[in-house]
Amino acid sequence: MKSNRATQEPGWVRALLLATGLGFLFFFLGLPLVAVFVEALAQGWPAYVEALKDSETRSAIWLTVLIALAVLPFNILFGVAAAWAIAKFDFRGKSLLITLIDLPFAVSPVVAGLIFILLFGAQGYFGPWLAANDVKIIFAVPGMILATLFITFPFIARELIPLMQSQGKDEEEAAVSLGASGWQMFWRVTLPNIKWGLLYGVILANARAMGEFGAVSVVSGHIRGETNTLPLHVEILYNEYNAVGAFAAASILALLALVTLVAKTVVEWRMKKETDMLNTVLAPEKT
Amino acid sequence: MKTNRVLPGFGLALGYTLVYLSLLILLPLGGMILKASDLGWSQIIDIALGERSLAAFRVTFTASLLAATVNGFFGLIVAWILVRYPFPGKRFVDALVDLPFALPTAVAGITLATIYAGNGWLGRFIEPLGFKVAYTPVGIVVALTFVTLPFVVRTLQPVIEDIEPEVEEAAATLGASRWQTFSRIVFPAIFPALLTGFALAFARAIGEFGSVIFIAGNIPLVSEIVPLLIISKLEQYDVLGATALAVVMLAISFVMLLGINGLQWWAANRHRNNEPLEVAAGKAKGGAA
Amino acid sequence: MKMLVRGLAASLFALSAGAALAQTTLLNASYDVARDVYKDYNPMFQKHWKATTGETLELKQSHGGSSKQVRAVADGLEADVVTMNQANDIEFLAEKGLVAKDWAKKFPNNASPYTSAMVFIVRKGNPKGIKDWSDLAAPGTQVILPHPKNTGNGRNTYLSAWAWALKQPGGNDAKAQEFLGRLLKNAPLFAAGGRDATTTFMQRKMGDALVTFESEAEMIAKEFGKGEFEVVYPSLTMQTEFPVAVVEKVVDKKGTRKQATAYLEYLWSKEGQENAAQNYLRPRDPELLKKYAHFFPPVKTFTVDEVFGGANKAFATHFKDGGSFDQVYVAK
Repeated sequence: MKSNRATQEPGWVRALLLATGLGFLFFFLGLPLVAVFVEALAQGWPAYVEALKDSETRSAIWLTVLIALAVLPFNILFGVAAAWAIAKFDFRGKSLLITLIDLPFAVSPVVAGLIFILLFGAQGYFGPWLAANDVKIIFAVPGMILATLFITFPFIARELIPLMQSQGKDEEEAAVSLGASGWQMFWRVTLPNIKWGLLYGVILANARAMGEFGAVSVVSGHIRGETNTLPLHVEILYNEYNAVGAFAAASILALLALVTLVAKTVVEWRMKKETDMLNTVLAPEKT
Repeated sequence: MKTNRVLPGFGLALGYTLVYLSLLILLPLGGMILKASDLGWSQIIDIALGERSLAAFRVTFTASLLAATVNGFFGLIVAWILVRYPFPGKRFVDALVDLPFALPTAVAGITLATIYAGNGWLGRFIEPLGFKVAYTPVGIVVALTFVTLPFVVRTLQPVIEDIEPEVEEAAATLGASRWQTFSRIVFPAIFPALLTGFALAFARAIGEFGSVIFIAGNIPLVSEIVPLLIISKLEQYDVLGATALAVVMLAISFVMLLGINGLQWWAANRHRNNEPLEVAAGKAKGGAA
Repeated sequence: MKMLVRGLAASLFALSAGAALAQTTLLNASYDVARDVYKDYNPMFQKHWKATTGETLELKQSHGGSSKQVRAVADGLEADVVTMNQANDIEFLAEKGLVAKDWAKKFPNNASPYTSAMVFIVRKGNPKGIKDWSDLAAPGTQVILPHPKNTGNGRNTYLSAWAWALKQPGGNDAKAQEFLGRLLKNAPLFAAGGRDATTTFMQRKMGDALVTFESEAEMIAKEFGKGEFEVVYPSLTMQTEFPVAVVEKVVDKKGTRKQATAYLEYLWSKEGQENAAQNYLRPRDPELLKKYAHFFPPVKTFTVDEVFGGANKAFATHFKDGGSFDQVYVAK
């Protein structure tokens, strides 16, 4: 990029912004992260490894991953559909619809769990029917998946809506008028355009699904080795004066950041390959 | 604007959205409101207007607004430097942004309280200056800022990445200063996303419980948040009272979110009734002249 | 993708079916710090049950905040037995018809196999000379306790201080309330729970005294070292009970009444009592109490029934909205 007074900020502004942004991240993210690992390693590396070997910790990790995997496909499908309808078309009540999508964020996680108890609990609206047919929803994995779906519901949609909004619909309209089918347009035009937003949305929803405590804790029943997710297990370990175990388990969740890193790198790498290919193909056309 | 039906999939997308939304969100929330209405509205209002509830509502909404504002300001800077500036360790910093979601909120609360307590890494330096964070309402803002940090950054990032350099270059060729280019071209383009991030952070902050109770101090009338009162009702097996508080909270959040989203929509449309690039660039230049 | 979905479905199925296929299973819904007690107790009982009946039992544990656990049981968590740390939680289940109305009489000692007492933890050398409840309310003293309204720990602390004030010469409810007001003013914060209060006191070095269960003192020693603090026994404190009950509705449905009852009865056996003592909980068995006297110095205690006329009544008077705790902050 050429240095230009209007396409780049002056050096001192860049320095100031960098210092402010990184300083903010250091105090608000870096320190807590370091603190988690300091606590987890308080009794040395062997104790840390030992804590992670615990069979209940491992079953909690597995359940956490399972729930996240069960939740994500639903949210991706919903997120793309909702963003498509909202960003590319005009219709009445759009702000209302967006606000309804936002609502799960504003519901306290504990309340989010509670509403499923009100529906499916023994004293809930559908409770007697479920009991009569011996269907278990709450205090079992299905209820935990439902609560997690509720909590992570808005992420992907909300990530995509502003992005698709700012992109407008010219490209898609061009594709359609050139005779592309709906699917072709989606795969060739829309998806490549929104992949960053979609990736961020998936990463956020995944992180939140794995880290959620409040809602899941209400519907889990806390049966050890069976319905304890990692965050629930962290709380139990902490309450039992097993700080190393608790923070070691928490550090596993912190390591999710690494997953993000890998995912982003892979997408970036593939995209670069694609653009390189396109550039070689299209090079003569560029003026 | 007239309805545009050039693009396919409107019916399918909206239909699916509405069905899914109804089943997963509206049905459960409707059940909750139905349950709360068992109490009768006058009693719900009594619960909401009690001295302690009022104080808790004030603390919750003030702290949430402050946290969302802090994140709006710093989140913009963070998103900007993450997209635009090269610096060592950038990938790692970028990945770190999601941490607040992955970390169980209780761990966040415990860790923050440890850092900001009188003998903590930061607390030992700021408390002698007479600035207490842990176990005061300031602690609530700190916890909420942490918990909602990813929202603004992550909604802004793809949008900033999407700004085409040609627009800025055009403005530059036409003689606009960097500040003019930013305030007239870049900022309007990212403002709707910034509002979205703000709204999401704010919404999430209102409901947050797990991290706050470890750093708030939980003193009635001073540092009690609404979700704590809900828990307190549940401890008394008063599910109805808890639901009533939850419904009131939901109603307030709904109105505030509707406002922010309306504003966001207005800003987005204003920006997108997009004059062609040259006009936008010309406008920036006009300011320069 | 398809494989992933199939794998998910299979594991979901395995998770839900796993419980149904196994042999007789008991689920014990318990309070959050009871794990150490039942971790050792469960294999003991399994062995005993196998030896006496030949049946192999599977035992599962669920731990969480006491009243949260009880709400879960009321909402359909299929626990065969509940082992709690607050009597009013079991009363709640009795009201819902899930446990017998006379649950407290189904087992000896008010259906509480072991007890503990509320004590003070002070800094090494007790620099503030804290000896009794009055010292906690003295000006300039800071006391750390969990939220008196929302946590069992905090409620026990509150009631202990109240009972002490009531038993002072000329003591009455008004004076007790005034005393509690002064004591609570000395609390710089209300911790989220027992463990959080301990962290605040031990790690963050806040406050001059921490009020907690006697049994917690040993847990604190385990994590923070023995020499860091001293335990102070006040002149009068609450004997905290840990009531247990069979969940009638569940055992009838599952046909596990015999096993569930035996599981709880065995808590009173020599082995069960010794296990409690080794976890620093005061056994009911007088011989064992003597044997472990080094853990359990004599202390003058009261029970909630004696002073407050039952756990439910105490809860209603002091911790319901508008109760005595709220009145400290909000004039009614």
